[in-house]
Amino acid sequence: MSVVDRQEWDVVVVGAGGAGLRAAIEARERGCRTAVVCKSLFGKAHTVMAEGGIAAAMANANEHDSWQVHFRDTLRGGKFLNQWRMAELHAQEAPDRVWELETWGALFDRTKDGRISQRNFGGHEYPRLAHVGDRTGLELIRTLQQKVVALQQEDFRETGDHEARLKVFQECTVTRVLKDGDRVSGVFGYERESGRFFVLEAPAVVIATGGIGKSFKVTSNSWEYTGDGHALALLAGAPLLNMEFVQFHPTGMVWPPSVKGILVTESVRGDGGVLRNSEGDRFMFRYVPDVFKEKYAETEEEADRWYDDPDHHRRPPELLPRDEVARAINAEVKAGRGSPHGGVFLDVSTRMPAEVIRRRLPSMYHQFKELADVDITAEAMEVGPTCHYVMGGIAVDSDSAAARGVPGLYAAGEVAGGMHGSNRLGGNSLSDLLVFGRRAGRHAAEYAAALAGARPRADDAQVDAAAAEALRPFSAEAEADAAHEDAGAGGRPPENPYTLHQELQQTMNDLVGIIRREGEMRQALVKLAELRVRARRAGVEGHRQFNPGWHLALDLRNMLLVSECVARAALERTESRGGHTREDHPAMDRAWRRINLLCTLTDPTGGLAATGGTGGLAATDPTGGLTAADPVSGRIRLTRETTEPVRPDLLALFDKEELVKYLAEEELYE
Amino acid sequence: MSGYQARFKVWRGDVDGGGLEDYRVEVDEGEVVLDVIHRIQATQAPDLAVRWNCKAGKCGSCSAEVNGRPRLMCMTRMSVFDRAETVTVTPLRAFPVVRDLVTDVGFNYRKAREVPAFVPPAGLGPGEYRMMQEDVDRPQEFRKCIECFLCQDTCHVVRDHEENKTAFAGPRFLMRVAELDMHPLDAAADTGLDRERAAQEVHGLGYCNITKCCTEVCPEGIKITDNALIPLKERAVDRKYDPLVWLGSKIRRRGAGG
Repeated sequence: MSVVDRQEWDVVVVGAGGAGLRAAIEARERGCRTAVVCKSLFGKAHTVMAEGGIAAAMANANEHDSWQVHFRDTLRGGKFLNQWRMAELHAQEAPDRVWELETWGALFDRTKDGRISQRNFGGHEYPRLAHVGDRTGLELIRTLQQKVVALQQEDFRETGDHEARLKVFQECTVTRVLKDGDRVSGVFGYERESGRFFVLEAPAVVIATGGIGKSFKVTSNSWEYTGDGHALALLAGAPLLNMEFVQFHPTGMVWPPSVKGILVTESVRGDGGVLRNSEGDRFMFRYVPDVFKEKYAETEEEADRWYDDPDHHRRPPELLPRDEVARAINAEVKAGRGSPHGGVFLDVSTRMPAEVIRRRLPSMYHQFKELADVDITAEAMEVGPTCHYVMGGIAVDSDSAAARGVPGLYAAGEVAGGMHGSNRLGGNSLSDLLVFGRRAGRHAAEYAAALAGARPRADDAQVDAAAAEALRPFSAEAEADAAHEDAGAGGRPPENPYTLHQELQQTMNDLVGIIRREGEMRQALVKLAELRVRARRAGVEGHRQFNPGWHLALDLRNMLLVSECVARAALERTESRGGHTREDHPAMDRAWRRINLLCTLTDPTGGLAATGGTGGLAATDPTGGLTAADPVSGRIRLTRETTEPVRPDLLALFDKEELVKYLAEEELYE
Repeated sequence: MSGYQARFKVWRGDVDGGGLEDYRVEVDEGEVVLDVIHRIQATQAPDLAVRWNCKAGKCGSCSAEVNGRPRLMCMTRMSVFDRAETVTVTPLRAFPVVRDLVTDVGFNYRKAREVPAFVPPAGLGPGEYRMMQEDVDRPQEFRKCIECFLCQDTCHVVRDHEENKTAFAGPRFLMRVAELDMHPLDAAADTGLDRERAAQEVHGLGYCNITKCCTEVCPEGIKITDNALIPLKERAVDRKYDPLVWLGSKIRRRGAGG
């Protein structure tokens, strides 16, 4: 067995986007030696792609804004399925987290009186998004990156070593969370560059790996979004929450094919852009659902007056929450009123002067000009829904961000579930990263400090099993031959991981996409089971040094696990709500509001043994542990759980007439 | 417009050496160089090493040299090439190769650490910062930088002179110094740090002879030379040779030092 390099840290953060870096900064500032592990180069995480802004009720643009209004908008957006305590903390703490960024050097766009400017966005009652043009995510990641460097400079002055207390392990992938009994004891991973394995021993691990979009064909997500953190938590014995809720952003590019899915920021609509179909009809007026009827304009005249006088007019329906807009676009295209390349038209060119467009939406201007030969100051964009965000995620404690059932494991950002309910509002993601990144870092640090004298140990058998699992793709061919010798049991050549990935993306896109049907989801589960069996034979050529085929073969385990969670939960939830739309159950059902769906592994020992025993993997199986006995029964068990009632003072923020649309009778009178 | 077979030459190899390998590969309408590299990877060379992330020109990961010119592969459309032309893709020349199109860009991360961070002004708490848009416009332009390091790659100060790497921060990090120097609330001076002097003495501003190669390759269209480096040079020169400025700084420092 190979000798694996081991290091001791207090807190390990997996992921270096907004949540991961904020967690790391917090843990380091609280005195913990903190390691950050990320798949890409430092500063390239998916957070850079966030465009519109950070939602925070600073009330710079409208004095009526407050955390209570923000909380209310967040719950409405999530159709009341949100873990309400998270939504409360988020709304309360977001302004402090934004202001803190300024003290670290961030430069947001300004109001006339020199404060942070705030812009309108879908579902937010007031202009609330702190922004920098349409590159807010870049500003956020760069500010956090530079704060990390500032702390490293401090440490260098004190110790002569930049990395004494805060180190970024860039271009490294974590494949297993290690455990000592019930508790976390560290992580196992490999360096992408060299292929070398390593173990970081730590009593506390924060998972901040982002989302799962790379399981879908049309997505705005980058290659890193392979559901790693979701899978790591599952394999470590932690449950995932409400994985059926996947946000399809209404406006992704649809042409040319190679850029299909790339995001077109919601700011385009927030700043005045309108949606039209091929007949020139501003169709969103026909798609305002009952629960939102009082809050949205009924005519174009009223909608257009809102931009200048929001206190006396209702907002345009283009600014409905994302799930509503995405479904409307889908319906228009299906009805034959789509644009030439299967989207609808998003137009700013007739709405504002060219120089305003170039100033307010510079990267959109650039993106369309460079990638599609479209000048958005002169013509309309073609847009359509694209897989953008997963609301579901690791089930966490609202206050501490601790994952359920696995002491020492924390999760923050997109990988954590609950905060956004069934649908996330634009702008609430960046604030989520900061609020819960900080909380996760803080609680991980406190937990680690309390264990300083009795650190859990990383078990050798687990390390060996994880190494064997990671090496398996290199011996796929030999195993395939051996299976052939055994007669019958397969014996086909190794599978190309790229082909498997494409088939997975097509399956999820077609069968568990924006509009879902029972039959198709059943079909998806069968297909996923087949892919899982084939993924066991995913083989790679070459060696371990920077080998993308190998990396993908390992990421497939995670994508398959997470895809099964999405499909299984989506099949179970027989209603439509937020980012989960069932053609066969088109209505929102108040009885489902209180139900959380939790995903766990059917065979927990298929992961690293949660309880004693051998402490090893059941098999060196890259697909997650189980051998393929009964594919359709799969590896994921679903359980239902009734959520805690919303605290009365928070419920009191809403009118009774509004609550009756969401809450069941008995909840209203409790 | 339909697909066609393109000729590609891609550098394959590692630290021990390598060379250009030929590929014939399908190209579809609207594709960029990165799409073609990915198709080679998926169908012919699964272990072809390449960095990429967003594929939308926002993260700056897929930097390489296309026909000898530093470019983001995700923003280089195939339609700019003649169909009969062979497209050559090689790794960034100024940095040591790791494998295939992936280079060791650690130089840039080391240089980033040499630039002292933003210093928050004493007496202003979170939420109390007031800055006018016209005063943040200039540093905001520099913060558009996606750290693709194409400017670092193309700058002849290091491209052809490995030995200059120790003393020279490169356009990206000189621009970072300029950004902090132009930040309306940066309080570095109060701590005794003179960013303009440091640009000259620590970060090697003097090596730059404003040939604007960096500006030409910047995928964000940042006017690195005109808006960051030249103003920084002007200020640094003033600081260094203007006897009044020199005298003033001496007196003030003596007073503050007490």
